[in-house]
Amino acid sequence: MQSEDMMSTIPEHANVVIIGAGIVGNSVVYHLARKGWTDMVLIDKGPLPNPGGSTGHASNFIFLVDHNKEMAALTLDSTRQFKDLGVFTQSGGIEVARTEARMEEFRRRMASSKAWGIESYLITPAEIKELVPYINEEILLGGFYTPGVGVVDSLRAGTLMREYAVDKGALTLSPNTEVLDIEVKNGRVTAVVTNRGRVAADYVLIAAGVWSPRLARMAGATIPLTPAVHQMISVGPIPILEQTGGEIKYPIVRDMDTFMYERQNGSDMEVGSYAHRPILMRADDIPSIEEARLSPTELPFTEEDFDPQLEQALELMPDILGDERAGIRHAINGLLSLTPDGFPLLGETVEVKNLWSAAAVWIKEGPGVGRMIAEWMTDGYSEIDAHHSDISRFYDYARSEHHIRARTSEAFNKTYGIVHPREQWESNRNVRVSPFYSREQDLGAVFFETAGWERPQWYESNAKLLEEFGDRVNQRPHEWDARWWSPIINAEHLAMRERVAMVDLSAFALFDIKGPGALDVVQQVAVAQMDVPVGRGVYTPLLLPNGGFKSDLTIMRLGEDHFRVVSGGGDGARDRKWFVDHLPEDGSAQLHDVTSGVSTIGVWGPKARDLLQSVTDDDVSNEAIRYGRVKPIRIGGITVHAFRISYVGELGWEIYIPTEYALHVWDILWEAGQPLGVSTAGIGVYGTTGRLEKGYRLFGAELDSEYTPMEAGLARRKVKEQDFVGKEAYVRALAEEPAAILCTLTVDDHTSASGIKRYMQGNEPILTPDGERIVDAHGRGSYVTSAGAGPSVGKYILMSYLPPEYAKEGEKLLVEYMAEQYPVTVAVVGSRPLFDPKNERMKG
Amino acid sequence: MNTLVCVKRVPATGARVTLTPDEQAIDARYLSFAVGPHEECAIEAAVQIAEEYDGDVTVLTLGEADAVEQLRYALAMGAHEMILLETEDGDSDWGPMATAGAIVDAIRQKEAEGDAFDILLFGNDSADAGGFQVGVRVAYALGLPVVTGVKGLEISDGHATARREGGGGWEVYEVDLPAVFTVKEGLNLPRYPSIPGKLRARRRKPETIAPNRGEDGLEKIRLKVPETEKKQAQILGHGPEAAPKVADILEELGLLS
Repeated sequence: MQSEDMMSTIPEHANVVIIGAGIVGNSVVYHLARKGWTDMVLIDKGPLPNPGGSTGHASNFIFLVDHNKEMAALTLDSTRQFKDLGVFTQSGGIEVARTEARMEEFRRRMASSKAWGIESYLITPAEIKELVPYINEEILLGGFYTPGVGVVDSLRAGTLMREYAVDKGALTLSPNTEVLDIEVKNGRVTAVVTNRGRVAADYVLIAAGVWSPRLARMAGATIPLTPAVHQMISVGPIPILEQTGGEIKYPIVRDMDTFMYERQNGSDMEVGSYAHRPILMRADDIPSIEEARLSPTELPFTEEDFDPQLEQALELMPDILGDERAGIRHAINGLLSLTPDGFPLLGETVEVKNLWSAAAVWIKEGPGVGRMIAEWMTDGYSEIDAHHSDISRFYDYARSEHHIRARTSEAFNKTYGIVHPREQWESNRNVRVSPFYSREQDLGAVFFETAGWERPQWYESNAKLLEEFGDRVNQRPHEWDARWWSPIINAEHLAMRERVAMVDLSAFALFDIKGPGALDVVQQVAVAQMDVPVGRGVYTPLLLPNGGFKSDLTIMRLGEDHFRVVSGGGDGARDRKWFVDHLPEDGSAQLHDVTSGVSTIGVWGPKARDLLQSVTDDDVSNEAIRYGRVKPIRIGGITVHAFRISYVGELGWEIYIPTEYALHVWDILWEAGQPLGVSTAGIGVYGTTGRLEKGYRLFGAELDSEYTPMEAGLARRKVKEQDFVGKEAYVRALAEEPAAILCTLTVDDHTSASGIKRYMQGNEPILTPDGERIVDAHGRGSYVTSAGAGPSVGKYILMSYLPPEYAKEGEKLLVEYMAEQYPVTVAVVGSRPLFDPKNERMKG
Repeated sequence: MNTLVCVKRVPATGARVTLTPDEQAIDARYLSFAVGPHEECAIEAAVQIAEEYDGDVTVLTLGEADAVEQLRYALAMGAHEMILLETEDGDSDWGPMATAGAIVDAIRQKEAEGDAFDILLFGNDSADAGGFQVGVRVAYALGLPVVTGVKGLEISDGHATARREGGGGWEVYEVDLPAVFTVKEGLNLPRYPSIPGKLRARRRKPETIAPNRGEDGLEKIRLKVPETEKKQAQILGHGPEAAPKVADILEELGLLS
């Protein structure tokens, strides 16, 4: 007989060490084993099968619908896997509404449900009562019912997955093993030191849930999450539940307006809450297994935080929860992981090569994340686009405890909240401001945040333009459609198209790639030919090995060995890692992040040349600076780079200015522009109205790794000779009929059943004239990737990928928004702009 | 039939006990507070008596303001009234003599107000200090009969039958009421508080009495966590092959005949 302490001798070497044997770690080893990985070691400081992390106390239910495509896809994939493992019990789930605002949210959810191919229904209070006989339907307005909702046995799932890898001879288990250190050499992870010995490892994956930040810190990396409390109680025995004789027979109820859920668990009703104050912890403050009364992630219940919820739960289910014989048998403050933006933390850490994170993952995403990580580690991409969850999305400031605590405190009570797609954060704002900030404030800028940057979305001082453009500026009569929006955006757009506008673009992420190896670096990541003359700027997709989009951006050649990469603020952190990952090991090229050192103003409109020529002695004629060229010129004595390009389809330049001179240059332009009628335009114009009229694609909206340049209408027939990431797949795609083509659609009639005009916001499903879902040959549904006004074309514009049979100009289809359907027409197939299709304005 | 139940707010343990650096208290950072298991049985017994004989249950504790949490727990189980002998902040660590003295004062005060108790229930010993004294001292001071270690209690007109375990059998005591009983876990199966019970208790405020701290016979020097035997799991085998070994062990333990 052997004691467990003596049982496992830990291997001295592993291909990969996985830390954490919860749902995530187990799923990862399973999928890595399936992909052929061997010599894996799975470590946990607790015992198996329940080492004491968040998996062990999870409520284990899976609601399928999420407005976000990536999260919905991960949840659907996980559900499929749980079913295959035989650990899924379908119960159905009903989200119930006590308020009209929530009913509207359910109508919006219907669109997401249909967009991602999930079966859901809006049901009446009486129908809820039929499904859940013990509910007090009198306080409800209706429900959102998803029959496919269910519960899983996550511990059993983990065990089965782990055993698969063990049986395959690919995995050694090491429970009851504490990680003491993670060794790093030359920026690369080399070993994991434990209380049972040291394991040299090529890869280390941290899947340790709430403890992940502490483990990452051992390696000098960050995994930006915070442990936070989620309270739940279990009430029983309840006769009607006892009689079912099973774990769950009645649908799970989410009482959305009180931020609570009620879920049958055998003869008990489990009541969970996201309504209490945010209770954040620190990974270092979590008790050890020995110190914890239940488990380290099941902390003592703080009753006062739950008290208000008792009444609300009683109101919803008075017959069973009001029964004096049913006692509160179990109550915990359970720990779970929260991140600053609510998405998981997946991928290689920014700081340490081969140190991977798979953290901040809930049960409903676990197996999907396992597959995603295994594919990503093996092939360099995953079937499901991962950009929302990519841990490298955070800039340094956003990986700080300061930021994490601010945002998670704010977000906790939004777990069941109604969150508008444009809703802005209130906490930790004004972190990054451009040199023009004070001028913008004076002009009444309404700031939206992107990656810490405060960017004017529109300017209240431009309200005066509303009168000038009258009916050409459309209004949005419904409060939801008009929330976080202003008709001023459309007026700014029209003023730009008629005269000239200045746009603050300082949030651009800018990286200079320099050195003798610089050309090779940019060639390797860019689809476009980068060996262009100095002074040329090139727009290019960046691809993953599968030929899907990693990013799209612009690269200027400023010198033989000097390229400047211009990426959007929201994408810059991910893109920066991508370039850093492709730098040569011999140091022949380096990346210099010049974001802070360079500020940018867009000057666009028919009078842009008049304006720019009036402030410089350098020649800015079409002959001197042709479209796509970048040239140093002097404004007010300052050397700036004028790049002739436009994301809004107008004549003009992006003017790159050393930051300390930037305000000076702004003031010169602003003053010189007054006689020309210059106005400011916000990101509402730059990112939506101007862009959509030109059919320009946006990464994260139209472009992600699930679509190719061929499908996005961005492929070029001529393929450069040099190698680049994704080339093979790119060339293959060129020869194939695309499964879907990105199209521009216009809305024919906005009138809803109630007579109010409604305006889609994005992510709505595009349907056949019969109201059926449209799905392409790869199983991808058609949905609105971007939506917004086109004030100069007098249409409301939607973009969507459509299969070839529907991608025909003039094709009549439907879009579903708030549970109603509206007629749309396919206006353009491919990338031809609706506005100025020959690009005469830009290139003239 | 009115019952008084005296309870104490103690850390809910179950994990390794850690002391504060000054070794004067249990580090409660990861712990919640509760009434001890003996006292939960006392509350349950009192509630059952009240249900059967139509009387009130008053629950009393001595402690700081936050001890109201334990009083409310008892209320949620079915007690009716709460008395808090509220000590100054940081001064809840009273010895058994002083505690008993304060309780006796409170009982006399209630009697003077016309609220006399027929049955006084205590836990046999507190879950933290384990002094085994307070109930006995209160009984002595009030001149009432007392039965300790009670694991069976029946009430009939004006008197009670209390049972306690004695070498291989039961000791049975017939006692006239009023009387004091210090009870042990196993007396009954205490109920969990219900949601309506919690809601009823939530807003109630206890009657507060400022106790006078009398002399104590005990002086605390410091606490010490006793050495516990390290648990070692043994793996008998895997799958069906392990079955004979399991059977051997069960036989060894006398669980198989």
